[in-house]
Amino acid sequence: MTGAGWQLQALFVALAIYAGAALAAVFLPRHRLGFVYAASAAAASLAIAADISAFFNEVVLKEQLPVGLPGVGLHIRLDGLSAFFGFIVNVGVLMASIYGAGIKRADLSKRIEPLYPAFCAAMNAVLLADDAFGFLFFWELMSLSSWALVVSRHDDPDNRKAGYVYLLMAAGGTMALLFAFGGLAGASGGYAFDTMRASHLTPLVSALVLGAALFGAGSKAGIMPLHAWLPLAHPAAPSHVSALMSGVMTKVAIYALIRVVFDLLGDPQWWWSLPFILLGAGSAVGALLYAVQDQDLKRLLAYSTIENVGIIFAGVGLAIAFKSSNIPPAAGIALAAALIHALNHSWFKSLLFLGAGAVLHSTGTKQLDRLGGLIHRMPKTSAFWLIGALAISALPPLNGFVSEWLLFQAVLTGPVFPEPILRFLSPVLGAMLALAAGLAAACFVRAYGTVFLGRPRSPEAANAHEAPFAQTLAIGLLAVLCILGGLFGGLTAFALNPLLVEYAGAAAAINTQTGPTPFSLIAFDQGRAIYDAPTIAFFVAVSAFATMAAIHLFASKKTRRSPAWDCGFPDPSPATQYTASSYSQPLRRVYGGVVYSSTETVDMPPPGSLREGHFHIRFSDYIWRFLYVMPANALWSLSERFDLIHYLTIRRYLVLMFSTLIVLLVITATFM
Amino acid sequence: MPATLQSFVAQGAQMFFVLAIAPAVTGITRKVKARLMRRRGPSIFQPYRDLLKLVRKESVLAPNATWFFRSAPYMIFAFTWVAAALVPTLASGLMFNWAADVVALVALIGAARALLALAAMDAGTAFGGIGSSREMMIASLAEPASLLVALTIAFAAGTTRLPEVAQFLITQPLEIRVSFALAFVALVIVAMAENARIPVDNPATHLELTMVHEAMVLEYSGRHLAMIEAAGHLKLTLYISLIICLFLPFGMAPFDGSADAWAIGIGSYLAKLVLAAVALGVWEVSIAKMRVFRVSEFLGGAFTFAFLAILLEFLSREVQR
Repeated sequence: MTGAGWQLQALFVALAIYAGAALAAVFLPRHRLGFVYAASAAAASLAIAADISAFFNEVVLKEQLPVGLPGVGLHIRLDGLSAFFGFIVNVGVLMASIYGAGIKRADLSKRIEPLYPAFCAAMNAVLLADDAFGFLFFWELMSLSSWALVVSRHDDPDNRKAGYVYLLMAAGGTMALLFAFGGLAGASGGYAFDTMRASHLTPLVSALVLGAALFGAGSKAGIMPLHAWLPLAHPAAPSHVSALMSGVMTKVAIYALIRVVFDLLGDPQWWWSLPFILLGAGSAVGALLYAVQDQDLKRLLAYSTIENVGIIFAGVGLAIAFKSSNIPPAAGIALAAALIHALNHSWFKSLLFLGAGAVLHSTGTKQLDRLGGLIHRMPKTSAFWLIGALAISALPPLNGFVSEWLLFQAVLTGPVFPEPILRFLSPVLGAMLALAAGLAAACFVRAYGTVFLGRPRSPEAANAHEAPFAQTLAIGLLAVLCILGGLFGGLTAFALNPLLVEYAGAAAAINTQTGPTPFSLIAFDQGRAIYDAPTIAFFVAVSAFATMAAIHLFASKKTRRSPAWDCGFPDPSPATQYTASSYSQPLRRVYGGVVYSSTETVDMPPPGSLREGHFHIRFSDYIWRFLYVMPANALWSLSERFDLIHYLTIRRYLVLMFSTLIVLLVITATFM
Repeated sequence: MPATLQSFVAQGAQMFFVLAIAPAVTGITRKVKARLMRRRGPSIFQPYRDLLKLVRKESVLAPNATWFFRSAPYMIFAFTWVAAALVPTLASGLMFNWAADVVALVALIGAARALLALAAMDAGTAFGGIGSSREMMIASLAEPASLLVALTIAFAAGTTRLPEVAQFLITQPLEIRVSFALAFVALVIVAMAENARIPVDNPATHLELTMVHEAMVLEYSGRHLAMIEAAGHLKLTLYISLIICLFLPFGMAPFDGSADAWAIGIGSYLAKLVLAAVALGVWEVSIAKMRVFRVSEFLGGAFTFAFLAILLEFLSREVQR
């Protein structure tokens, strides 16, 4: 049954299950709340089936519901782009729900469980909205429900601060989107997306719309410099919600940008790509420089989300540039890179956050320098996290490399741009992406090495226990997805072709059917670029196993345990291990002075003194200081100065009113 | 299908050929260094004997070492071996040459490096951490530089497939391109850093505070150490082959080469390999190792060169249009 629009009805049912679960959770007693995860998993599975079917049958289903604005109603539309992002959202929800099923009864809370399905429903609904009112309503619902989840543990002042900054940024973002849709609707006020598609905007208005959409959706996606809330809020939420916020909600923001720029805004201008490429490249490297220094496992992952959003932005920017320059195949490759990276990132970031949640639950800490050696106590979580860490470092044959490879293929087409700026920017982007790839590996080797390898640095880490079955299952399933997504990235890219044709105008830029094997990913044509993950993986696996077998058979397989060598001075104390801060010290010396003026002060007691030694590292976050704190302070002092107005005498108020009246009259007389 | 079988055998032969000659390349470099220091030095076949000795010995594991520590050497070896086998050495047309993508090649080397840097942390000792941390600092500059070099050449050739790149370079009339010269310098610097050679790292040192690569493998012994050593030899050969393939591919047998062409291919490749190994030895005795934090400037130079190369290559296309 392909026709008949059952997919949209199925999605309505899924939404109803989410909403029903949220409502029921409000009224049920606390220890029964675990059912929201079962309900959400069921709804997500149904939605995944509907999204897959809608995507592959290339259906476009529309519906108009008699709710919402009077006279406008609520327009609903399910098309390829919605279905693709719906798939991302619901796979993330399914995994987070399976993980949630492993949460202990005692840990269930009225502050979290009722909001969880509401958040999931809102993200799904944003993707289906086909008019500005519905979109903004669900967007705001998504923001507020996630905000409530962030402040669910409000006894921690850090979480309250995170919630405050997030609420401000989310409100500002929604406001900006309101302006964007206002601009798109124009003076006639057609708030349905169909009317917007048909209308033509002047260049000035479209530039303003683009700016507002970039601010609104970009701040939700966490692009630098609008990212300040993200490393605060994402780690503050419960871990499975962090996984959804980082892995999935940022993708909803990417969806909003793609929808506005590629669908609603009309034919792109070449310079639209500039903010995407510049912000994307800046975020990719900038966020990693923070991630590589961070001491908090979950905040490190949040910074890495900003990096990956930067990579997706770069792909989107290149796609806009190629599309406006009328080079459809390259636009297709770049858009495919962005979309596949969105999919891949939702998988490995969910995996890493869920794994971090398991670690946090098991040890009670997410400070890197208090962890260590978890591979002994949490073998499954450790093995899966390793796959996630290697995947996010864009190492073959895992999935992160597929999108990276496609993006480099798009960058290599850069010199065909007619505009000199773009021709100059594409190698710059290539260099930044290359730098980001190198730093990402350093960041995740450091994180994995300090958390899972080595010896435990605290009693909590030494007494860790493996996560419950449901949680390791969710993490393991995501690890399998990362592997499959890497091996069969070519098929994923091929499946995206209808979307690429629709939004980038590229007819079959990505081809798998003519390659040497059915799984080869071919960019442009066969003579130009082929990436064949299964072949490479096959060769690596065969060489590894053959070598191991040969050595074990013909040479030696004797093994002995003995104290570590450590250059002859093994120290029994785990404190002699490299910590996370010592690990990042070389990187801090290389990059830190420029980027965040890191300074180290060493207070070493003189020989013989029994005083404690101290070592301090100080960072300056310039973006936070100059773009957030300084404007906020300026606003504050300005409002304090105007505070005087509240305490004037009646004579002065009368003078004020009178002079205002005169000024207005003069203005009217002059200009009217 | 005999044609498929033949190319399969050719591919396999290339893989084992690279594996077989790799230790000798290290041996030659060591011999040259020893002779220049007026020592007699071990035979160039000493690395083979070392590997054989290590493989036969029992492996001593630290108490904290896990499955990851034990399996990483095989994975590192396999990643490096496959990467080395992907570089066209003798001839450009082999069966699985379509898998030889430059971006994938750089990433395969990156995967081997990440696994080694992780394995170094497993035993939970101070030196493993030092080595791992420094290695990733070096890699954070070396990997982007090598990627940019690869992209520069790939862009000039219009493809990221290494055999096609080599084919393009063989058939290209001989001319000196500024971008290639810059890329060459960058790749040579990267090669020295990646292979832990002087001036970035000293392969012969066990002086605690200067080690990078040696610190990472400090806890390894027996067959595991042999695998890592073999991977090190392969990596050196890989980088030399890559430099040969990208910058000096003359003599390489073309796609449909005759027996004579193959003979020339083998002869010229071996000659170039020996020359490079000798040059490396001469270079290493004539320069001192730098401090660890000078390395970032050295590699930053390589990154800048590589960036200038790709910039020139991208912008010079404008002139041709």
